[in-house]
Amino acid sequence: MIIANSYDVTLSVAGHDFVTAGEAASQIKRTLETLNLPPKLVRRASICAYEAEMNIIIHACRGQMGLRVTEDKVAIVAHDEGPGIANLDRAMEEGYSTASEEIREMGFGAGMGLPNMKKCADKLSIKTKVNEGTRVEIIIYLPTSEG
Amino acid sequence: MRLIQVVQTPELRLEVKAGQEQLDRVVKGAYASDLLSNVMARANEGNIWITLQAHQNIVAVAALLNLAGIVIAGGIEPQEDTLLKAEEEGIPILTTPLSSFEVAGRLYALGIGADDGQAKMAQS
Ligand SMILES: Nc1ncnc2c1ncn2[C@@H]1O[C@H](COP(=O)(O)OP(=O)(O)OP(=O)(O)O)[C@@H](O)[C@H]1O
Ligand SMILES: [Mg+2]
Repeated sequence: MIIANSYDVTLSVAGHDFVTAGEAASQIKRTLETLNLPPKLVRRASICAYEAEMNIIIHACRGQMGLRVTEDKVAIVAHDEGPGIANLDRAMEEGYSTASEEIREMGFGAGMGLPNMKKCADKLSIKTKVNEGTRVEIIIYLPTSEG
Repeated sequence: MRLIQVVQTPELRLEVKAGQEQLDRVVKGAYASDLLSNVMARANEGNIWITLQAHQNIVAVAALLNLAGIVIAGGIEPQEDTLLKAEEEGIPILTTPLSSFEVAGRLYALGIGADDGQAKMAQS
């Protein structure tokens, strides 16, 4: 699969803004659909984008999401200036969440967002520093060639 | 099976609250959960999603996964902004006084399985 030009977009995500929650992920999904990428790949990328966006909205104050599509991969970067993650190993465990009771009542805070990302991404790298912020990078490789 | 046929099944007692124009969608299975990231992980394209959540973020989840529609069970009324967002995104929202359990059971009886209701229908 060859994409003639690399595609780049940056979206800002405001913390605790449940009104526009999901918009960055929707825009990423629409872009990937426009590029005619395989539906399964679009699904995996959409899941990663949504979970990363919701994590900024729920756990951080503000951040940005970036999408970059090149001829071999889709890269989604979510970057925030939030509290950071004190124990990343625990955060990666299914079911671990620090979400408040109020947030849980809305159906968030199952502690499945990061594990979902890990399952759907080919590569997930997270850099985080307490009181500074978190940077999540998701890589999904495109199918090599269609002959 | 199409969503309109589900809506027209009297025992389900469904009321269409949004997405009236999208009822010709093909239903491929259903999934029931109130945890959004569990739905993100497990629900598939064309599924009906049964939930008690009624806030507007359910629309984003359904749109991202290309779900057939959302059934809000338990007599819970969706918030106004949920319905506006659903119209914008073209996501059918149906409500019913039945519990999630009853909705799931009745959908199953209609031939809508966990994965692909169509295959089941074709056999019968
Ligand atoms: N961007 C972030 N900034 C600060 N903390 C984060 C961030 N992302 C994740 N975390 C921490 O990692 C935990 C696990 O994240 P994960 O996405 O797996 O679950 P969750 O967001 O709590 O619940 P869910 O995603 O199921 O709604 C969070 O509860 C939070 O403590
Ligand atoms: Mg999360």
